[in-house]
Amino acid sequence: MTFSLKKFFSGSNGWVSIALLAVVILVVFPLAFDLFRLNLTGKYLTYAFVAIGLVTLWGYGGVLSLGQGVFFGLGGYAMAMFLKLEASDPESTKIQSTPGIPDFMDWNQITALPWFWEPFHSFTFTLLAILVVPALFAYFIGAAMFKRRVGGVYFAIITQAIALILTILIIGQQGYTGGANGMTDLKTLHGWDIRTDSAKYILYFLTGAILIGVIAGLRWMLATKFGRLLLAMRDREDRVRFSGYDVANFKIFMFCIAAIVSAIGGALFTLQVGFMSPSFVGIVPSIEMVIFTAVGGRMSLVGAVYGALLVNAGKTLFSESFPELWLLLMGGLFIAVVMFFPNGLAGLYEKHSAKLKMLLQSLLARRGQVAPAPVSATVTPLEPEKIVIPKARARSSKGKKRVLTSEGSR
Amino acid sequence: MDGSSMSEMGSILAMQGFAGISLFSVLLLMALGLAIIFGQMGVINMAHGEFMAIGAYTTYLCSHLVETYMPGFQSYYFFFAVAAAFGVAFGFGYLVELGLIRFLYKRPLDTLLATWGLSLILQQVLRSTFGAREVSPVMPEWLLGSMHVTETIEIPINGLMVMGLTVFVTLGVFLLLHRSRWGLRVRATVQNRAMSGAVGINTGRVDRVTFALGCGIAGIAGAAFTTIASTGPTSGSLYIVDTFLVVVFGGAGSLLGTVASAFSIGETQSILEFFLNGSMAKVITLLAIVGILMMRPEGLVVSKVRR
Amino acid sequence: MNAARKEFALTVEDLSVSFDGFKAVDGVNLYVERDELRVIIGPNGAGKTTLLDLICGKTKASQGTIKFKERELTKMAEYEVVRSGVGRKFQTPSIYENLTVYENLEVSFPRGRSVFGCLAFKRTPDVTERVNAIAETINLQDHLQREAGALSHGQKQWLEIGMLLMQEPELLMLDEPVAGMSVKEREQTAELLQRICKGRSVIVIEHDMQFVKNIAHRVTVLHQGKVLCEGSIDKVQSDPKVIEVYLGH
Repeated sequence: MTFSLKKFFSGSNGWVSIALLAVVILVVFPLAFDLFRLNLTGKYLTYAFVAIGLVTLWGYGGVLSLGQGVFFGLGGYAMAMFLKLEASDPESTKIQSTPGIPDFMDWNQITALPWFWEPFHSFTFTLLAILVVPALFAYFIGAAMFKRRVGGVYFAIITQAIALILTILIIGQQGYTGGANGMTDLKTLHGWDIRTDSAKYILYFLTGAILIGVIAGLRWMLATKFGRLLLAMRDREDRVRFSGYDVANFKIFMFCIAAIVSAIGGALFTLQVGFMSPSFVGIVPSIEMVIFTAVGGRMSLVGAVYGALLVNAGKTLFSESFPELWLLLMGGLFIAVVMFFPNGLAGLYEKHSAKLKMLLQSLLARRGQVAPAPVSATVTPLEPEKIVIPKARARSSKGKKRVLTSEGSR
Repeated sequence: MDGSSMSEMGSILAMQGFAGISLFSVLLLMALGLAIIFGQMGVINMAHGEFMAIGAYTTYLCSHLVETYMPGFQSYYFFFAVAAAFGVAFGFGYLVELGLIRFLYKRPLDTLLATWGLSLILQQVLRSTFGAREVSPVMPEWLLGSMHVTETIEIPINGLMVMGLTVFVTLGVFLLLHRSRWGLRVRATVQNRAMSGAVGINTGRVDRVTFALGCGIAGIAGAAFTTIASTGPTSGSLYIVDTFLVVVFGGAGSLLGTVASAFSIGETQSILEFFLNGSMAKVITLLAIVGILMMRPEGLVVSKVRR
Repeated sequence: MNAARKEFALTVEDLSVSFDGFKAVDGVNLYVERDELRVIIGPNGAGKTTLLDLICGKTKASQGTIKFKERELTKMAEYEVVRSGVGRKFQTPSIYENLTVYENLEVSFPRGRSVFGCLAFKRTPDVTERVNAIAETINLQDHLQREAGALSHGQKQWLEIGMLLMQEPELLMLDEPVAGMSVKEREQTAELLQRICKGRSVIVIEHDMQFVKNIAHRVTVLHQGKVLCEGSIDKVQSDPKVIEVYLGH
């Protein structure tokens, strides 16, 4: 583990990197890409929300959720419901047997708007729902599981099952959700046509700006004692507990934050792409979102964004020309990241930037401008007692315990 | 249902119950392999479903070969196909442990991601080799019929066959783990790796064979699967979440728990399917499992140890 | 020592716990006074660590009571036990390897223990002062900015003791604090323990009899989950039952 808090300011999580990312997203991409590519990039950026949520949850907290698509979907569907209602005014749906309700309801012989759709006429309610519903859902799941000390692999499997349940439910309840096709033909937001070129530009910049804002917020959070405690919890959960902290509350909070951030991404996805469907909710998208984070670097907020951009660009590129190759490549990526680059792109960057710095330092030192770095001066030689550790460690690791506790996975 | 009398109702329930037993059998065969890999070794193998698919495709290949070259052999090939499915999946599992899993024992969540990657690769390889369309081996005549228990109750033979196979494999795994020298080594390695190494157990080899055995049993599950449904490249992945839930719900590390949980999940789903549509039945079953697991994370059967 | 004092800081009565029918701790009574340093010894598997686990809430008791400052601990969650003034050091050094020594101590400072408390936590002068003071007590004042993972084994043990001291516990429980330490470090640790038991109670599990002699006020011998013998170190060492248990094995 090469992470240290000192790197927080200059490394891949530092303010400099965030500013650089902001320039790339808000200046370079809009100048370099045509509208089609920019819109595509905007779509990838919405996945990046999920990825940065996973950095705090998985990278820092050591809790891997395989159901983040659920929250992406909740946010996306909430937004889609509002847009769908606006697109289904009685005038434009007059050919239906029941005008004024979404078309898929009409196709499924539903004759009145279901009660839980009613409040989505209000944009304020919709915005609140995008933030509150995923948070409540995450709170419920998190409280049930973390209070009972379910973590690690079990948490991953159960969140995966929840993603599966929600997908089956959405597909099965066609009349209320639009089924497998999802909610399509979304047109306007308060009369503002989201399909026009100018709207696409505005939505792209909105997404980019919100993303940078969220990253800055999370970056601040991780720099407080809360962030240090997350790391402490990931590595020594018992110690944190016996320092008087209620560990479950911290995990629940983190899970809620990751859920809210994912939901914001989902809502922006719906706005930019103009539809929402269960194919962004289930097991496969959820686990793909984990790979964005893994490729970018599970400890780096900024890295996760680059990870999401790169993997998706690759996906688009390959599935256009060699669809068979893409699955092989994606599978290989999963294996390669885990086996060879556990810290992802950010890890590579940090490793090489350290080398670069050392090279510079030694060059300067040779010129006599700077004294040799006093790194080794404070390091006391290892004492022979170190040999005792393996014995003690072997004693404390009880085989069965391994699966139930949340284990740091580095 | 309005016109049905009580006895017809009973027959339908019995047959639906038996359909549940077929589902239970395949789930159990899948879960047994995973119970060994996950329950005993703590490894999350997301590619477990693909090992089942490998077993199913092996069965299909066997059927194809027999049909082309030894048509007279048709009636008996299935037994050899089961053995072949086991062998191929076992061998492949052995290689996977050697090349991938053994580097990741201390990082369970990373194993999960790596094996997911493996499953994507395997799916694509299967698709490129056998095509995207689902295939079915030719079943021998005697497997296709059904038994008339009473006038209204019919029990399909293939269901019985799968059930028999499941009982056989379950007993075999139980004896192997709890009554054999090898099982002792596996359990010792699981409890205390360093100590097992110190008393002369080749823990690396034990891991490899254990993992391969779990995969081999998934292969048998694949062979059984071909008798009740047709096989596609993604057939295995459809069962993976269910299978994990079976193992977790049963209580990891307990074979008895795995059997009980596979049974209750298979039966609940089949019986619900009769009253509701398929997707709602699945949703309710899964919700119930997840709900119970949230209340009781240790699963059905627990062993209490000092933690 | 102060045997005449009637008020006990910690009162454990009839405490039992069993795992799958095996009684790891079986009807244990234990009374520890304020300012007392109690050492618990016993062969492997005697239930020493389990006893500490029970007191700090890591393991739930099957029966019996644990009273600390008139409060019942058996029903509390771990963090509540800690907040009521109990500190626990684990057998293997349990510190945060990825944080610096300073941050390790700071995280243990008893303020801002809720989620939002953590977010609002500020490094005020009183925190820095206390961290520096404790660092001096545990001999790590020159290592505050090092990552804790880079410390020597003995220093890690001290750091964990320091983290407990940050919490100002009134009952401090240490599980084999000198395991793996050099002779010199053992002496330093003994001296450290003598200093820190002022104003609180300390329970130590230890195997090293020389070390026990150096620190113990009273000694409790556990065997097969039961209290075998209790008293001064000399009394315990001459007890025929204790000799049999240790030599008979």
